[in-house]
Formats: sequence, C-alpha cells, structure tokens
Amino acid sequence: MDLESLTHTSGEWLRGSGPDSDIVISSRIRLARNLAQYPFLSRADDSVRGETSDLLRGTIEDLGLPRRLSYVNVGGLVDLDRQFLVERQLISREHAESRGSRGVCVSDEENVSLMINEEDHLRIQVLRSGFSLDECWDEINRIDDALESRVTYAFSENLGYLTACPTNVGTGIRVSVMLHLPALVLTKEIQKVFQALQKISLAVRGLYGEGSQAMGDFYQISNQITLGKSEEQLIESIRDVVPNIIAYERRVRNALVKENRQSLHDQVSRAYGILQNAQTISSEETMQLLSSVRMGINLELIDDLKMSTVNELFIHTQPAHLQKLRKEDLESAERNVARARYLRQRLGGNGSEMQN
Amino acid sequence: MKKCHRCSKPATLHITEIREGVVQELHLCESCAQDYLENTDSPEPSEDFDPIHEKLSEYEVDEELAELDQNECPNCGITFREFRSQGRLGCPHDYVAFEHELMPLLENIHGEVQHCGKFPKRAPDASQRQYQLIKLRNELRGAVEQENYEEAARLRDEIQTIENELNAEQT
Ligand SMILES: [Zn+2]
Ligand SMILES: [Zn+2]
Repeated sequence: MDLESLTHTSGEWLRGSGPDSDIVISSRIRLARNLAQYPFLSRADDSVRGETSDLLRGTIEDLGLPRRLSYVNVGGLVDLDRQFLVERQLISREHAESRGSRGVCVSDEENVSLMINEEDHLRIQVLRSGFSLDECWDEINRIDDALESRVTYAFSENLGYLTACPTNVGTGIRVSVMLHLPALVLTKEIQKVFQALQKISLAVRGLYGEGSQAMGDFYQISNQITLGKSEEQLIESIRDVVPNIIAYERRVRNALVKENRQSLHDQVSRAYGILQNAQTISSEETMQLLSSVRMGINLELIDDLKMSTVNELFIHTQPAHLQKLRKEDLESAERNVARARYLRQRLGGNGSEMQN
Repeated sequence: MKKCHRCSKPATLHITEIREGVVQELHLCESCAQDYLENTDSPEPSEDFDPIHEKLSEYEVDEELAELDQNECPNCGITFREFRSQGRLGCPHDYVAFEHELMPLLENIHGEVQHCGKFPKRAPDASQRQYQLIKLRNELRGAVEQENYEEAARLRDEIQTIENELNAEQT
C-alpha cells in the first residue's frame, strides 16, 4: 500500500453519507481475537511475534474476502508514517507505539482494517459512515467466520474469546458510534447525556485527547462490558440510545436557530472566515472552528461547502497528515503556518494558491 | 498509589481538567505527564484509555490476593503479581491458572462471569494441545537463553509434531 497516495484521499467512512450523517460521523465495530497456540503478546519474544504475524498475514491474504486488502508492515515504518495511520484511524496509538513485528491489512476504501500483533494477536475493525451498526456487524462477523475456519482462536465455553486484557474477554467486541454534538456542548446539555449513559454502563469519550477531553465537539459512545451479553445485545444497547441523543441534538439546534439565529449565523460565519484567512492556526482551534462550520452546513447557514470536505479537513489538518503533504518534518510552530496555508487552499480564502 | 493512565508506572502528577463543564481527573507518571503537556496539539484517539489499572488498583489492599501474587501460570510462566502490575495476561491458560483470582475481577468489570455470545463453529476441543504448545514454546525460550541447544532441538521437534497433528485435523 502506497501511503503517499493516501495523503490526497480519505476513507469512505468520512464521506458524510449514510443514515443520520449530519450528527453521526461514523459507526465502528472491532473484535479482539487471539491464536490458541501462542502466548499473548506480553509474553511473546521476537520469534513468537514473527510467527503470529506471518501466520495471520498469510491467513488473511488467503481468505479471498470481497474487499481487496493491502498489508502495511507497521514495524518497518518511520514514526511519522505510523502517526499518519493513527490519524486515519487505521491503527490504534498503542499499535503504533508498541515494538516488534506487527502490521495491518487495510481495505482500499479504508472501511476494514485488521491489526496484527496489537494488544491481542488480532484486532479486526470495520468502519462505516453514518449510523450503520448492522452493516458493520454483518461484515465483521463474516470476516471473523472466515478466519475462524482456518485458525484456532483462544476460546473457552465459560469465558468466550480469551483476550490479553480481562476488560475485553467474552465477545471481544467494542461497538462505537462517533457523534458530532456542537449544540449540546454549546448549551452545556451534554452533561445530562453523560450522566444518562453512565447509568447504563456505556462509555463516552472525546474523539481526540485522553479521557473525555473532546475536541471539535466529537463524542464516541461505546460499550464497556464484553462478557455475559451477546454481540447483538451489546450492539442493541448502543443502537437504542443513539437515536435519543440525535433527537436531543437536533432539538437544541432548532431551538438555537429559532431564538438566536443572528448570533449563531455570526459565530458560524466568523469561524468560516478565520479558517479561510488565518496565517497560523493550532490544531485545537482548527477543530473547534471546523465544528462550528460543520454545524453551519447542517443548518444551511453555509451553502458553498460540502460536508465531505469538512469531514476530511478534520483529518488532513492533523500533524502527520500536514507533514506528509509538505513532505518535510515540521516543528509545532511551522505546522501551524502549514495548517493555515492548507486551509486557505482548501477553503478558497484570501491568499489561496488555488484561487481562480 | 494510583497508576499512570497511560502506562503502569506510579502516577506522580494528578491533573484535573475542566472542559465544557466536565471535570476529568488524569493521573500520569512523570514521563507521560511531560509528553502530555508538550503535545497538546497532537490529538490521539482515546479508545485505548485503559480502565484495567483502575479496576486492579481496587484490589491492591486485598491481603488474600497479595498471598496469591506468587502463583504462576505453568504454561507461560507469568505470575499473578506480574499481571497485576502490567494489566495484561500472559497466555489464554491464565484464565484457568488464575481462575480464583480473576473471577472477582471479571465480576467487577462485567457484572457477569458466563459468556453468552458467538461460539467458534469448529469446536475448540483441541485447546489442551494448544496450551501444551504455549508451554513448550516457553520452555524453548528458556533453553535458548541458557544455550542448551540439545534441549532446544528436542523441544522444537516436539512442537513440530503437535503442530503437524493439529494441521492434519484441520484439513
Ligand atoms: Zn506513564
Ligand atoms: Zn499463562
């Protein structure tokens, strides 16, 4: 897989299509699996890591899945390229930062990725644009079935799929939905959402940053428990609660437009203006302003910008993407200048190099 | 003592962040805290935020568990103490070897201790021999470290024999 060619594209899941995609950015399911005949990775030396990664890569490439997969040798990449894959959500930060033989099989559309030698021997992930958990499950379940007919997973009748960390044992499933909730954040109603979700043991986290530090008003909702409930039940627990949050966000947006149209329009337009004209801009400020612009498009306060472009900018303005685009290592201050220049180009603002 | 949210070292820095009215506590060791403070513009996915250390720290006062700390998995050689400090098990057999210690932890995390979900279509009856392989590989590593090449060669043969048997059954 040619990483350079990816810098100008983005994954299908960022397309901004699919059900409720004004608020639901993406749906994701991942499964944690281990091979029965090897120790988990904390007790695996280089030769065992080499064997599990060769075995899994070979098996995956032989499956004949309907999607074309390319293998990336993550262990052989430079730091910048690993960070690049993390920003694209194709590998986890932990996978990027661990050591030894490891890799990832990625589908052309970037909807499917299979991380080899992450915390578990195998982490399968399927991503979709919009609110599409059933499609995610259908696809990941098929991939898992195909693999399972060729390898022996570590499994026990009592505890299900056995994982390196006891928090994943059982189904090994993590179901998550990424939501864009600017109106709930603006009105501080988001706290009520947090409290309600905690009661039913679902986790809420920001898109980026440790813990719940959310940038750009993105929140990820996912299941916390993995044992004692079926995959379908766990998916349902998310599927049941998300429509309520969507309706809540829409209600608050409409109320904001009704009561405060002028100041909302002003905030959105200023955000757009800064992004089109800034000469230096941090990643945090970019996320915050893009969030306003994204809401502005949904509320039809901005009409000359596509949702898919804004979704893409959230990813393409991150540090590794900028540096790959510029083809050089940049310090933080240099990145802020490069980020502003890139935004001017993409958004057709003043001083744009691509302006007609 | 709280453990670092990013690695398992003891946390020395306790950060309380208030963002959008939400209070969040962050416990970090010295090196992770430095990294955190320096890299405020490098966003990261938070999927990997690690809840296991918090769950484990609740068990540190349990005296009975402290006695069990020296228990060792016969297959991969990890002790329960090592698991408690790193939060990751050493092999699938640990769920059997440390059953007594792990059950209360699983109950605490999941509220249940019985799997109810997907089953591999091929019955996992081969697992005894799979675990045997883990044990042999662990012994092999020890033999290589001690430069006991005769023993290493014998272990490799034994591993090969079991693998061949398993492969023959799979096809
Ligand atoms: Zn640390
Ligand atoms: Zn073990």
